[in-house]
Amino acid sequence: MYAQVIKSEGAKPRGEMSPEEIAFQERIDRGEKIEPKEWMPEGYRKTLIRQIGQHAHSEIVGQLPEGNWITRAPTLERKAILLAKVQDEAGHGLYLYCAAETLGVSRDELLEKLHNGSMKYSSIFNYPTLNWADIGAVGWLVDGAAIMNQVPLQRTSFGPYSRAMIRICKEESFHQRQGYDIMMKMARGTPEQKAMAQDALNRFWYPALMMFGPSDKDSVHSAQSMAWKIKINTNDELRQKFVDQTVPQAEYLGLTVPDQHLKWNEEKGGYDFSEPDWSEFYDVLAGNGPCNRERLGARVKAWEDGAWFRDGLVAHAEKAEARRAAAKIAAE
Amino acid sequence: MAAIIAAVDRAAFFEFLTRMGDNTLILGHRVSEWCGHAPVLEEDIALANTALDLIGQTQLWLGLAGEIEGKGRNADNLAFLRDAGGFRNVLLVERPNGDFGQTLMRQFLFDAWHHGMLTALTASADPRVAEIAAKALKEVSYHLERSSDLVIRLGDGTPESHKRMQQALDDIWTYTGELFVADETDRAMAEAGIAPDPARLRAKWEEIVTGVLTEAALKIPATGYVHKGGRRGVHTEHLGYILADMQFLQRAYPGAVW
Repeated sequence: MYAQVIKSEGAKPRGEMSPEEIAFQERIDRGEKIEPKEWMPEGYRKTLIRQIGQHAHSEIVGQLPEGNWITRAPTLERKAILLAKVQDEAGHGLYLYCAAETLGVSRDELLEKLHNGSMKYSSIFNYPTLNWADIGAVGWLVDGAAIMNQVPLQRTSFGPYSRAMIRICKEESFHQRQGYDIMMKMARGTPEQKAMAQDALNRFWYPALMMFGPSDKDSVHSAQSMAWKIKINTNDELRQKFVDQTVPQAEYLGLTVPDQHLKWNEEKGGYDFSEPDWSEFYDVLAGNGPCNRERLGARVKAWEDGAWFRDGLVAHAEKAEARRAAAKIAAE
Repeated sequence: MAAIIAAVDRAAFFEFLTRMGDNTLILGHRVSEWCGHAPVLEEDIALANTALDLIGQTQLWLGLAGEIEGKGRNADNLAFLRDAGGFRNVLLVERPNGDFGQTLMRQFLFDAWHHGMLTALTASADPRVAEIAAKALKEVSYHLERSSDLVIRLGDGTPESHKRMQQALDDIWTYTGELFVADETDRAMAEAGIAPDPARLRAKWEEIVTGVLTEAALKIPATGYVHKGGRRGVHTEHLGYILADMQFLQRAYPGAVW
């Protein structure tokens, strides 16, 4: 889940809706897709821009913690797999910015908001990747948590977002398997490798749980987004599903989930588990995570250092166009 | 006598293959350093793709090198367990990335050579070499197309982009000559019909480079000086740091399986 704490707009009881809004809601209720040129409430459009934009930014910033290990990947094959994965993520960013553009916001405007801090990216990417098993843990846990949210979003009401999700999910589930494969090698490797794997799980477990956002009782924006089918499941539902899926995988690896209260609850058919430390979550959102400054700083630097490159390409395109026009006049 | 010649050929063949594989490995490493830091998203994707191609080619070249050597070393052993003196890449590919213009100019000058080299190798007397070359050539044709296009657009872009591209060319030009200097290994490979004499690749390279740089409004530096040494294992200071990064895990945890 790369969209957290998305502020949703326009929650209205049906009695206060305009006829257009009622017709729109009925289309969504019937499971129809909303396409870019069709009428939509302003709140729907704005909320989607925030959500898709945050998701896109997360893909882009998400290149950094994994990119941190590309030059140090332990084998040529692992290096190639990691490069391909990070390339996929940049590609996801591209589809998502394109999906957002259909709502009338340019990629440059969204990047401007990322760079000035007015739009966020997922809190998870503000955590460091400290050993090689972290690359496994990111694939297994972070992509695993993202998939929990993104699989239902394939059915989201906005056509371009839904179609982007369908493509993204195929690649993400592949990434998750690759991450788990790294964890298997590490967990069954030397004592040092196993220690790295356990250390990675210890550090990424709670930040992964935070990816689903605050508990439903504290999540003020969910109801409208769910009515619009921009959000399909509640935060707590997805978090529970993630824990239920992941705990047996950790057991299979012979690793210990760092939660002494973790326990199977027969009655509810799922695990009871400890909440993450939400004060840490809000600290990270506020910019005080271990890597916030580095991550955003790296993106801003890349953008600023690249200004001459982008300007150069634009200038060349203009010159080439002018030359074509001049040649056409000369020929006539 | 025949056995001795075969042994010499095998050593030369191994040497040649490590030159090919080390070029792609070290350049792939440098390109991968850009990951997440490129000037625009499309370039992040293109750079990762280029690095991925180069690392894939490394697996093939060094894999074959290990087989030819016959001492049980595989591509990973060669990549991760040789020290700098054992590497045979040209100095050009270990030059630091610098700004995006420097990275791009290095890529273009290398691609223009790489394309010609692989084209020649598709006719190699050794079918395994010809097969790797044919596969790599498809990828490198795209690398050359992309780097040529960007060099032209940036050379003939704004005054600043022009200045940066000219600076990049001036800085790196003296590292290109090493691609064409032949030694005994090259002569042995040429005689066996395995690889072309490097000097033979020069005319085509100059034609590509001159064409692109002219269109880019860039001036080829007048100097004919050639920095060399990489192909016989004498490198710049930069390679040691590349290897310190690249080989860290294999060195710190010998024998572990990843």
